[in-house]
Amino acid sequence: MIFRLICCALTLCLALSAARAQDGGAPLQALLQANADAVANPSRSTVDGLLAALLEADLPSVPLFLERWRDRAVYLRASDGLFYFATQAEGGFALTDVDTGADLGRADGTDLTELRPNAGVRRAIGSALVAFQLLDDDPVKRLAALDAIARSPAEDQLEPLRLSIDEEPDPALQARKIRLERLLSARFAATADERIAAIESLKGDLGVDARAVLNLILTTSPAVFTTLPTDRNIAAVLEPGSKALSEAEAYARLVEADLSPPLTGVATIRDALIAAIADGQVAGIPVSTLTTDAAREAAYEALAATGAVPPLVTLEDQAAALTAHQFVLIYAESDPAITAAAEETLEAILFNVGLNQTADLTLDALSLASIYFLAAIGLAITFGVMGVINMAHGEFIMMGAYTGYVVQLFIPDYTLSLIVALPLAFAVTFGAGVAMERLVIRWLYHRPLETLLATFGISIALQQLAKNIFGTQARPLTSPDWLSGTLTFNEVVSISMIRVAIFVLALLFLGLLIYILKRTRLGLEVRAVTQNPGMAASMGINPDRINMLTFGLGSGIAGIAGVAIGLYAKVTSEMGTEYIVQSFMTVVVGGVGNVWGTLAGATLIGFLQKGIEFFNPSNTLAAQTYMILFIILFIQFRPKGIIALKGRAAGD
Amino acid sequence: MSTLLEVSGVSVTFDGFRAINNLSISIAQAELRAVIGPNGAGKTTFMDIITGKTKPDQGRVIWGPRSLSLLDMSESEIARQGIGRKFQKPTVFEAQTVRENLAMALKNPRGPFDVLFYRKSRATAARIDEIAEEIGLTDDLPRRAGELSHGQKQWLEIGMLLAQDPQLLLVDEPAAGMTPAEREHTTALLVRAAQTRAVVVVEHDMEFVRRLNCKVTVLHEGSVLAEGSLDHVTKNQDVIDVYLGR
Amino acid sequence: MNRSFIARNPSVLWFLLALSVFTIVVTVLSEVTGVGLISTSFVKTLGKTLCLCLIAIAMDVVWGYCGILSLGHFAFFGLGGYAIGMWLMYARTELIVVESLANAPLPPTDKEVVDAIATQIFGVVGSSEFPLLWAFSHSLALQLLMVVLVPGLLALVFGWLAFRSRVTGVYLSILTQAMTLALSLYLFQNDSGLRGNNGLSGLQNLPGLDAVPQSVISIAFFWASAVALGLGYVLFAWVVSGKMGSVIRAIRDNESRVRFLGYHVESYKLFVFTLTAIVAGIAGALYYPQAGIINPAEIAPIASIYLAVWVAIGGRGRLYGAVIGAAFVSLLSSWFTGGSAPAINLGFYTINWTDWWLVLLGVSFVAVTLFFPKGIGGLFDLIVLKPVADRQGDYGPDKGAWRKEEGEP
Repeated sequence: MIFRLICCALTLCLALSAARAQDGGAPLQALLQANADAVANPSRSTVDGLLAALLEADLPSVPLFLERWRDRAVYLRASDGLFYFATQAEGGFALTDVDTGADLGRADGTDLTELRPNAGVRRAIGSALVAFQLLDDDPVKRLAALDAIARSPAEDQLEPLRLSIDEEPDPALQARKIRLERLLSARFAATADERIAAIESLKGDLGVDARAVLNLILTTSPAVFTTLPTDRNIAAVLEPGSKALSEAEAYARLVEADLSPPLTGVATIRDALIAAIADGQVAGIPVSTLTTDAAREAAYEALAATGAVPPLVTLEDQAAALTAHQFVLIYAESDPAITAAAEETLEAILFNVGLNQTADLTLDALSLASIYFLAAIGLAITFGVMGVINMAHGEFIMMGAYTGYVVQLFIPDYTLSLIVALPLAFAVTFGAGVAMERLVIRWLYHRPLETLLATFGISIALQQLAKNIFGTQARPLTSPDWLSGTLTFNEVVSISMIRVAIFVLALLFLGLLIYILKRTRLGLEVRAVTQNPGMAASMGINPDRINMLTFGLGSGIAGIAGVAIGLYAKVTSEMGTEYIVQSFMTVVVGGVGNVWGTLAGATLIGFLQKGIEFFNPSNTLAAQTYMILFIILFIQFRPKGIIALKGRAAGD
Repeated sequence: MSTLLEVSGVSVTFDGFRAINNLSISIAQAELRAVIGPNGAGKTTFMDIITGKTKPDQGRVIWGPRSLSLLDMSESEIARQGIGRKFQKPTVFEAQTVRENLAMALKNPRGPFDVLFYRKSRATAARIDEIAEEIGLTDDLPRRAGELSHGQKQWLEIGMLLAQDPQLLLVDEPAAGMTPAEREHTTALLVRAAQTRAVVVVEHDMEFVRRLNCKVTVLHEGSVLAEGSLDHVTKNQDVIDVYLGR
Repeated sequence: MNRSFIARNPSVLWFLLALSVFTIVVTVLSEVTGVGLISTSFVKTLGKTLCLCLIAIAMDVVWGYCGILSLGHFAFFGLGGYAIGMWLMYARTELIVVESLANAPLPPTDKEVVDAIATQIFGVVGSSEFPLLWAFSHSLALQLLMVVLVPGLLALVFGWLAFRSRVTGVYLSILTQAMTLALSLYLFQNDSGLRGNNGLSGLQNLPGLDAVPQSVISIAFFWASAVALGLGYVLFAWVVSGKMGSVIRAIRDNESRVRFLGYHVESYKLFVFTLTAIVAGIAGALYYPQAGIINPAEIAPIASIYLAVWVAIGGRGRLYGAVIGAAFVSLLSSWFTGGSAPAINLGFYTINWTDWWLVLLGVSFVAVTLFFPKGIGGLFDLIVLKPVADRQGDYGPDKGAWRKEEGEP
């Protein structure tokens, strides 16, 4: 690449020096000299021919020249009649050659004349410049030019943009040019029909810029009339006191338009009265009696009667003024056909955006549901299948996440460390779970409330232990590059890869668990022990072993969930507490003792939370509050969860 | 003889298994009735339905002279209507004394505030003593129920049932774990109780049923197979098939 | 009757005696009498501990006697604190505002005063208007009513919903925890009307009593807390003795059997839940003026779980056990976390108790549950009672809370 660039540069130099030999060494200078008068004193009528000639010449130095020319950095040297780029420097001006950009030393300011193209000419130069850039051989420059246009669209860019579309070799850039042309046409095209056509062509467009263009076309400004004018493009008539325009705002507009005097507010009255205090009296009324608003108003009116202050303007006056006027919004665009088309298109786009947002929200909710599922499924096994409450479940999630963090300290390759961390996290939490079951829980199988409290003791101890070991600040668990991207479907719908991965992981675990519980010997034994431990024991199943393994399995899954959660959230010693209540809710809402129930619960809670957040995006705290309230109410109607066991096996 | 309880066309399904199938039984105001049947015949579920523990999928359960439907009532309301139940396994409050157990069961207003401001009276104390006498636990009144033997717990539960003074007693295997002498005592007690109220006894022990000397209902697969005197039903070919196998 | 009540519950007399002696000794040794052996801040700590003991006996009644492991009683405690805090803050700010407006050239109107108070109180959350919640905050009587009404009503509504759908045991615990979490999350919002996570502060300054030294105020609150604890103890001892106690314990041990005896179990649970919630609210109303500040973190579910821990360590099913547990653990906790406990140097590692206290608490809690289910209070059995053959231990909910066993025929 670099080699090629050097080659290009060399050939260019060779070509240039050859050209210089032919045209007195400088093709651009020669061209400029040929049109010296048009360059030095450009006008709207002459500049087009000159620009066409420059365009025709297709010289590499032309764009820079146009830019400098427009920016008034080109000078004519009287002594030799040549054009130079010049910048003010010590001891006069620093000159550079227009063709090569070579430094030509200093020149005296008296010898130089600045070329001062007027505004019209500069616009023409600008659009020529755009045309140059849009037709540049380098696609990077063309892209940059397109970006520049998209950033600050202007009327004069439309023509060169249109011209450049057919010339564009790159299909992606061409598509972009066509889209940009539509956006510009919608605002700047010469005829109303053209603009309406362009506006209507935007209907399927989900881009933010398309909406921005339409909103620009639909820009309104407020105005006040006594009678509605017929010659203005009125967007809406606003009723004072409505949601769109409060009475105070409406009156403020009247005041601003000098149609009414400002309301005499409490503060105004107070200030006026204070200013008028003399000998403990205001207009003959003792100050000490002015302890109510009514008394102060009366005092003010007394003052107004003496002419010291303007008369009192009350709320009644305000109401009268408001009814006497019409408050409207007027489109900046005068053609109603265009605004109507834009309104219609915008509405269509917003509907479309709404649909896509729903899709996006669905994706978000699915990913949240899979996180909840991962966090809760281990709990569902221990809580649902064994009837044991594990308040330390959240701390197992934390242990899994810290395991991932520690592995990353030793294995710098993120992909490899993730591959190591997942089974290791499972192993660590499996061990912790088995230890806890052996040491604590099995002594408490018939005292569920005490299990809850004992595991809570373990939970606070583990949490504090993690704090002592890893400190209080959040530790990073970095995901590998292939997980850090985003899967983008269109302008609105996108989802980060990490969430997709968590979703896949959740599906994997769902399948695995269903397989283990329904198809393996272990699963059979687990179900047998769940339903009737005594009978299972007499059939040769060792309930102790099964309980231990089940508890280990549930805890192990929590560890893996910890790694997954750690990848997108922070790893702190308190992360477990954030998930424990949610996980319990998931299990309880879904229905105890059932993997499908947990799935249903996680889905419900995930969708619910996202749904509430969508309606109230600014306040996630409120969203959580409402969600919990919903769950409390939900349990009223389905105390046994979505998927409830029936019959005698269900207990009561 | 007017009807006290009428169960008609009741069915219950557990996970596809029909525990009670179109069952109809009626119990008269003062009657002793034995319900027998092989395991899984639906005897306990039948009691669950009457006491409100299980809600049937269909059918009616009509109670008393005012023909109230028991299906709309909660367990405690049904109990307050005058239906008492003794469970198969003795369930007394083991952490509390025999006296407390009996006092709790004694027929009195059941609201929280009635109970909170409840004061012992001579009459209630006498009634407790009377019941204790009847169930042979007079000396054990201050003892914790948990310390009693299995048979004594059975007695205590029967005593609690009597203290409730119900119109209908549902008694599930009252004689289990009792000595022959205790059984005799139980029989006498149930027969005496049945003179003023209805008593339904679920029992496996044919000898015990024979001694009760009453009308017998045979349940099988959730519905009534035969009804009549014990001699009558034991001659019934269906009953013989069910009990002895085909 | 009263005589026999004391006769049947000798522990009430002993407790009241111990409490009075303790109160008098602390008062004599405090700075008020000039002895000054007990600093004002420690008097406050003791006063707060008495309030914690009060909520602990409420918790003991609802859990140890009735078998409802409520993880929401600290929410009621906090609500009581907020209710009194609103008046304290309003009244004190009003005094300040009136004083500062007195120098204004015009005498202030009522609205100006209220607006100025609102700006003072809600400035931190960017608001200057009183939310509807504060409608009664100007009146001490109404706010005192709120101390009782708000926790009571919340408990009534929540309990009614939960009990009528027969949510029991662990499910109920989790449901109460969810309620607590919802409440604290709600209060954390700035627009909740209770100053978000800033909470209410400056509650130790009683309006109009600026001239009274804190040492006197602290003793006054200490006495108030002691009286409340004494009354609460007698109230609960009365409730859990006699037939009510009999029914409540029966519900704990076998809820459905009680139902078949004709008792409407839900009403009883609701009665106990609401009554204890009200007492918790009162305890909170006495606690927070001594603490000086209340914020939503105080209401978080963890606090209610600690409450259960105190009761379990002290010994469930006996009121004095709850008092011992709350006093012992909370005082020990403040000793350890306050940094006064000496660090242990192991040579390779120094154990700082501020870091390791929670680990110790967690582990000892597991140990208590496993090995001493009767808690510290169980030690009294060794002294007072002859060991009896107990075929089923009376240490709280056993099979009654075991979901599969409920109402087994």
